[in-house]
Amino acid sequence: MRRKSFLTMLVFLFILSTILVGCGKSEKTSGEKTGGKGDTAQDTLVYGRGGDSVSLDPAVVTDGESLKVTKNIFDTLLDYNDGDTSVQPALATKWEVSPDGLTYTFKLRQGVKFHDGTDFNAEAVVFNFERWANGNADTFPYYGSMFGGYKNDESHVIKEVKALDEYTVQFVLKRPQAPFLKNIAMTPFAIASPAAVKKYGDKFGENPVGTGPFVFKEWKRNERIVLEKNENYWLEGYPKLNQLIFVSIPDNSARLNALLKGEIDLMEDLNPSDLNQLEGNKDFRIFKRPSMNVGYVGLTTTRGPLKNKLVRQALNYAVDKKAIIDAFYSGQAEPAKNPMPPSIPGYNDAIEDYPFDLEKAKQLLAEAGYPNGFEMELWAMPVPRPYMPDGQKVAEAIQANFEKIGVKAKIVSYEWATYLDKAAKGEADAFLLGWTGDNGDADNFLYALLDKDSIGSNNYTYYSNDELHKILVEAQTVSDENKRNELYKKAQEIIKEDAPWIPLVHSTPLLAGKANIEGFNPHPTGSDKFTKVEFK
Amino acid sequence: MFAYSIRRIFMVIPVLLGMSIIVFFMIRAIPGNPAQVILGQKATKEAVEALTHKLGLDQPWYVQYFKYLGGLLTGDLGESIRTGASITEEIWPYLAATLELSLAAMLIAIVIGVNAGIISAWFQNSWFDYVAMVLALIGVSMPIFWLGLMEQWIFAINLDLLPTSGREEVRNPVTPITHLYLIDTLLQGNTEQFVQVLQHLVLPSVALATIPMAIIARITRSSMLEVMKSDYIRTARAKGLSMFWVVYKHSLKNATIPVLTVIGLQMGLLLGGAILTETIFSWPGIGRYIYEAIGYRDYPVIQSGILVVATIFILINLLVDLLYAAIDPRIKYN
Repeated sequence: MRRKSFLTMLVFLFILSTILVGCGKSEKTSGEKTGGKGDTAQDTLVYGRGGDSVSLDPAVVTDGESLKVTKNIFDTLLDYNDGDTSVQPALATKWEVSPDGLTYTFKLRQGVKFHDGTDFNAEAVVFNFERWANGNADTFPYYGSMFGGYKNDESHVIKEVKALDEYTVQFVLKRPQAPFLKNIAMTPFAIASPAAVKKYGDKFGENPVGTGPFVFKEWKRNERIVLEKNENYWLEGYPKLNQLIFVSIPDNSARLNALLKGEIDLMEDLNPSDLNQLEGNKDFRIFKRPSMNVGYVGLTTTRGPLKNKLVRQALNYAVDKKAIIDAFYSGQAEPAKNPMPPSIPGYNDAIEDYPFDLEKAKQLLAEAGYPNGFEMELWAMPVPRPYMPDGQKVAEAIQANFEKIGVKAKIVSYEWATYLDKAAKGEADAFLLGWTGDNGDADNFLYALLDKDSIGSNNYTYYSNDELHKILVEAQTVSDENKRNELYKKAQEIIKEDAPWIPLVHSTPLLAGKANIEGFNPHPTGSDKFTKVEFK
Repeated sequence: MFAYSIRRIFMVIPVLLGMSIIVFFMIRAIPGNPAQVILGQKATKEAVEALTHKLGLDQPWYVQYFKYLGGLLTGDLGESIRTGASITEEIWPYLAATLELSLAAMLIAIVIGVNAGIISAWFQNSWFDYVAMVLALIGVSMPIFWLGLMEQWIFAINLDLLPTSGREEVRNPVTPITHLYLIDTLLQGNTEQFVQVLQHLVLPSVALATIPMAIIARITRSSMLEVMKSDYIRTARAKGLSMFWVVYKHSLKNATIPVLTVIGLQMGLLLGGAILTETIFSWPGIGRYIYEAIGYRDYPVIQSGILVVATIFILINLLVDLLYAAIDPRIKYN
């Protein structure tokens, strides 16, 4: 018995040393292998990102990680131009709008086939819109929020969608909707194969079939999604890549390590502080995504001293935005003075930001009856986002700013889902948050974030102003672009005066990739089409 | 012994039942409505209400609990709220990934930890002893996050020896059979992939092994020191047995019990506690599966995930208990 156990031990040690030696050997081969692979894999692009998709049916999701992938499997009737959110033809080649803004007629591209071989035509478009309109807020969330509800709702914008002939489809609206074309171009409203939707039912999100440049091949949850070239893509000569693989690497630094090692070709969410690691390295290049976001401090207008407009203005005077941008965004952001970025039509550039002026801030506080300041909580976002790469540090900087005018802010943080839940209930005094636009429309910022209708969803500050509400609702139906922009400019003046936020930054999200990647232009919406991307 | 094993196995049932209750209520005590979290920051109020109803989250807690329990008894771990996938089908690949990782880590931890502990005890107060114990102290207190990133930086990027993250080459993926990739690649006779999988395993398992290795080394050392002071060891030495024999045969056996206990506990901890390692090395294991489910308030996944991990933890402890008897004949179970 004793001898036996000793023998076991020896065998064990032997096995172990064999394994260790084995590892040692294999380490050597790895270097050669990976190097070799990197050279040959020029038509496969591996894209590293922070999280996995929820579903690959774009109509049922609201998360960016899902839309990034579906953007490449599906096409929309119209698509956004490179670099902004003006629209260009996609599955529709031409369109006409009636003078009253109530009828939109689209001419469809001919000879396009879905990945399952069925034909794309007007019937397919009608089928998709019928499918969404017959749903509800649970099944097709984006449809309801962009088109005012569903089939039987009073507020539903679309009266009917009909096929005039095989390649002509007509939308009749109940009332004009100014951003209608922009909405149609949004990734969630991509046209899916009716045959596949019927075939897979609830499982369509795992078996997506569209007309897009890439065909869905494989999805291993939390690991990777593999797409393959659509050989019959309607854009002649494209896509260039043979395979497009999305992999999830949650940690930003680990993702950068994977890029440096050559395991992935392109990565998003590069920490601004990691920029210097890539600068001067000619194997890699930085891609900047045009900014369509805003990072802000919300000041809950129903709590304590923050009920007072003067106090909120004082806090606006007290924040040194430039110092924050230099320290935590490595300069990759511009100070925000409005709740939406300058690239969006209707942006009011005439507004002058509250300058960093501690004296003025103190004076306003005194005027409001708080000459010695007060105490409050300042909530720090627990997760990094492009508009807020390090919530804790930004909060500390703001805390130090506030301290100078006598406002003692206690920094508080919660796990992310808890944070949003509590903030939505109005439990925070001041809180850090941000927003990335969906369709480049002012409504998607001002109405979504600051209208009184949005209290309980995305208006976390509980800011309510009837005059503003009237303007924002009117702007939703005005189809004259200029008049609409005037309304939004006015809205921004009201918001500045009432100061429910301290707008902080519009940041430039950074991506990094191999230097020989060509044709990749990061889109402000955050969803990129890889049709024209290739390795040189 | 047999009767004891049976009794122990039956005792697992109330433990699991109790745990299912605790987990069920604990996660419901966390603020945050799953419907809101799933639909995201941009969802409307109506959407959230509709989904809450669809998920049955507006039902009284006991209805929800007994529904869940009923499912468990028929082997149904429920459905993920977020993806709608069956957890019973979905969970094994994650569990397999974690098993492979933690077994590799444990192997490293045991072999190095036990031997370092033995040698430290053998040459007590020597330079080896000091260095080993200081390293053990550092090992226990090292932040895994930092260690993982450093490993990647040194071994993957600068020395170009090993891959930074993942379980396999993305461009040369393994076709899963058992989802234990070392076994799968062997079954398929694919040596190239076997080596790749092994390479991917090295850095995360070393990172994961650090803490248990340090703890095992310290426990082994103190346990060995105690045994080596006993009379029978002196007798063995007096009889002229070589020191190696005395240490590795006579002392080690009697010093094993506390070490075994620690190994059992650490193995359990590794299963659930690999989240950080799994995040840094983007290892698709059960820790990350549960962690992400927490982020989305995916109640069924959290519940079932924890339940599965806890069951394994309990089984390992059972195994350790039974091993005691096999190792130490003085221990009898009546």
